[in-house]
Amino acid sequence: MKHTISVLVENEFGVLTRVAGLFSGRGFNIESLSVAPTLDPSVSRMTIVTCGDDGILEQITKQLNKLIDTIKVTDFTGQDYVEREMALVKVTAEEDTRAEVLRIVDIFRAKVVDVTPRSYTLEITGAPTKLNAVIDLLRPMGIKELVRSGPVVMGRGL
Amino acid sequence: MKKTGSQILLECLLREGVDTVFGYPGGTVINIYHDLADYPIRHILTRHEQAAVHAADGYARTTGRVGVAIATSGPGATNTVTGIATAYMDSIPLVVITGQVPTPLIGNDAFQEVDIVGITRSITKHNYLVQDIKDLARIIKQAFYIARTGRPGPVLIDFPKDIQIQSTWFEYPDKVEMRGYKPTYSGNLRQVEKAANLIMAARKPVIYVGGGASGADASEELLAFAEMTRIPVTTTLLGMAVFPQRHTQSLGMLGMHGTYYANMAVTHSDLLIAVGARFDDRVTGKIASFAPHAKIIHIDIDPTSIKKNVRVDLPIVGDLKDVLKKLADALDRRSDELPALIHAMGPWREEIAAWKRGYPMVYQSSDSVIKPQYVIEQLSELCSEDAIITTEVGQHQMWTAQFFAFSRPRTFLTSGGLGTMGYGLPAALGAQVAFPERQVIDISGDGSFQMNSQELATLVQYGLPVKIVILNNQYLGMVRQWQELFFDRRYSQTPLELPIDFVKLAEAYGATGFSVSRPDQVREVICKAFETPGPVIMEFKVDREENVMPMVPAGAAINEMVLAS
Repeated sequence: MKHTISVLVENEFGVLTRVAGLFSGRGFNIESLSVAPTLDPSVSRMTIVTCGDDGILEQITKQLNKLIDTIKVTDFTGQDYVEREMALVKVTAEEDTRAEVLRIVDIFRAKVVDVTPRSYTLEITGAPTKLNAVIDLLRPMGIKELVRSGPVVMGRGL
Repeated sequence: MKKTGSQILLECLLREGVDTVFGYPGGTVINIYHDLADYPIRHILTRHEQAAVHAADGYARTTGRVGVAIATSGPGATNTVTGIATAYMDSIPLVVITGQVPTPLIGNDAFQEVDIVGITRSITKHNYLVQDIKDLARIIKQAFYIARTGRPGPVLIDFPKDIQIQSTWFEYPDKVEMRGYKPTYSGNLRQVEKAANLIMAARKPVIYVGGGASGADASEELLAFAEMTRIPVTTTLLGMAVFPQRHTQSLGMLGMHGTYYANMAVTHSDLLIAVGARFDDRVTGKIASFAPHAKIIHIDIDPTSIKKNVRVDLPIVGDLKDVLKKLADALDRRSDELPALIHAMGPWREEIAAWKRGYPMVYQSSDSVIKPQYVIEQLSELCSEDAIITTEVGQHQMWTAQFFAFSRPRTFLTSGGLGTMGYGLPAALGAQVAFPERQVIDISGDGSFQMNSQELATLVQYGLPVKIVILNNQYLGMVRQWQELFFDRRYSQTPLELPIDFVKLAEAYGATGFSVSRPDQVREVICKAFETPGPVIMEFKVDREENVMPMVPAGAAINEMVLAS
């Protein structure tokens, strides 16, 4: 089962390697990982999407907590949260498909951020499932390049 | 007052109460060594950096204090890796300081540069690269704190040469503040109550003790808890000295080369109380058949140890001293019911006694050839009660676990988790430095001994009277045993065919050597060695193809023991 884990860590050199090394060293899987400083610049937040059964997830959470640089670990699975990911998609846009691409952009409230005579670069934001849907629709037109940020999450409410 | 980086390091060591360090100089630690002479810190110069770390480990295991080792950058640092991994696997508190090339050269593949922080990341509890002299005192304070608190472990500080030379105002922080590191010491009382209830309901309980009980110095609390309930106690290799092996409740070691009765007791138990143990594969054998009928209570300081390998019915995270004390208190509150409980466990005690009578730890004795087990028995009998025993890794290590009657905590030093050959001699060195007046004995095989035999020089130089027992079978015996039992007796690369004259080797270093090959000489030579001042090698030419028995074949359940070959 897929889990989204948010990890607050000391914003120090080598912390990313410690976390990544923990996953690779113990055979845990990282599906995506995003890192950036929080409001407090001495703290970074990592959002990790991983998968595994309950036993594996319990070990992942415990092992993350065991790292000296880890301040807090939250598994959002089963909680109410907002999840967003961004994708940049460079899609072929020849004469016969340019209009269709723009329709898809419109429907999914995406944005065109770069235009050439033969392609559009689109910015799409939303839940990973929405991104998958857009990418599936664009695929027949010819996706030249795809960059996804990996999701970030935040609990709902106060 | 302003101090240089290397002076700050030494000041900090003093404030941490360090009086002894083990190490080996080199280009990037030359400043530290230059300043060392100004400080009341004893430095033991080993002949290899790996040995310096093992010696610091031996010092830590016997004293309970943090062991300190120093090595230079590059090869000096990589030589510490095996020592650090050994300490990490057995949860031993160490601070290892490595020199590093000057900061502007880091990443340039400079002479004697390695990324030792990267290399040791997965074998240290934590590690540091000092990047700013202003952080130095805080880093050292944190390193010692991390090493000795919670589940102990090694911490490495990589210290670039240019920062050793820079100066700053020195101020040692009073306390450590780390928002990400707060070990749980106090066991949850509600969990303890539940544990007490499980114990009161049990009819076939077993206490299973690991090295954590040694690290926590919890042997008194363990003994009290065990005696008030009369529950039998089995220990892992690292837990052996925590519980007196001659105690009537002792089942000896469990697992691959454990006693038949310990393994049977665990397999038939209805409640397994794990105390500072981590359900290693050498203990559990086939996981699916391990303690199949038992509820499991797991008491440990490290939450990651719990439910890592086996299902656990009742976890208690905390310091073992604290939890065992609370558990005894909880049982004390049920003291009216305790006699009934002890009575109800009568048939269980009898069942265990029958296994003990039926399948005791025995070996085939001989008048013509020295049996290795006999040597261990005689050592156990002849050495003083507070003697410190170290071992290397292999058959001799298992025979020591099986036939030496350990009775005091922190007297048995062996590489359990990593299984490091070459550990025993330098560990004995460290133990003898810590306790110059006590008997320190390294029990070794001819294979393992040659992995760090250069430390004879260190022993002689510092007048450390370690007694070294070599059970010489001219084989890498444990691997040979596996080849005999599971690989059609094809002894591929396990005979050590070149006969070594260990007596001459001892003499070459200025030590004393004895060599015997007849059983009737064993006691005599042990006594002679104990009376001889300084380091002594006792070589026993033993039965070459003796096997360690009983044995659980790899992957089998622990009740499926092979009793004799």
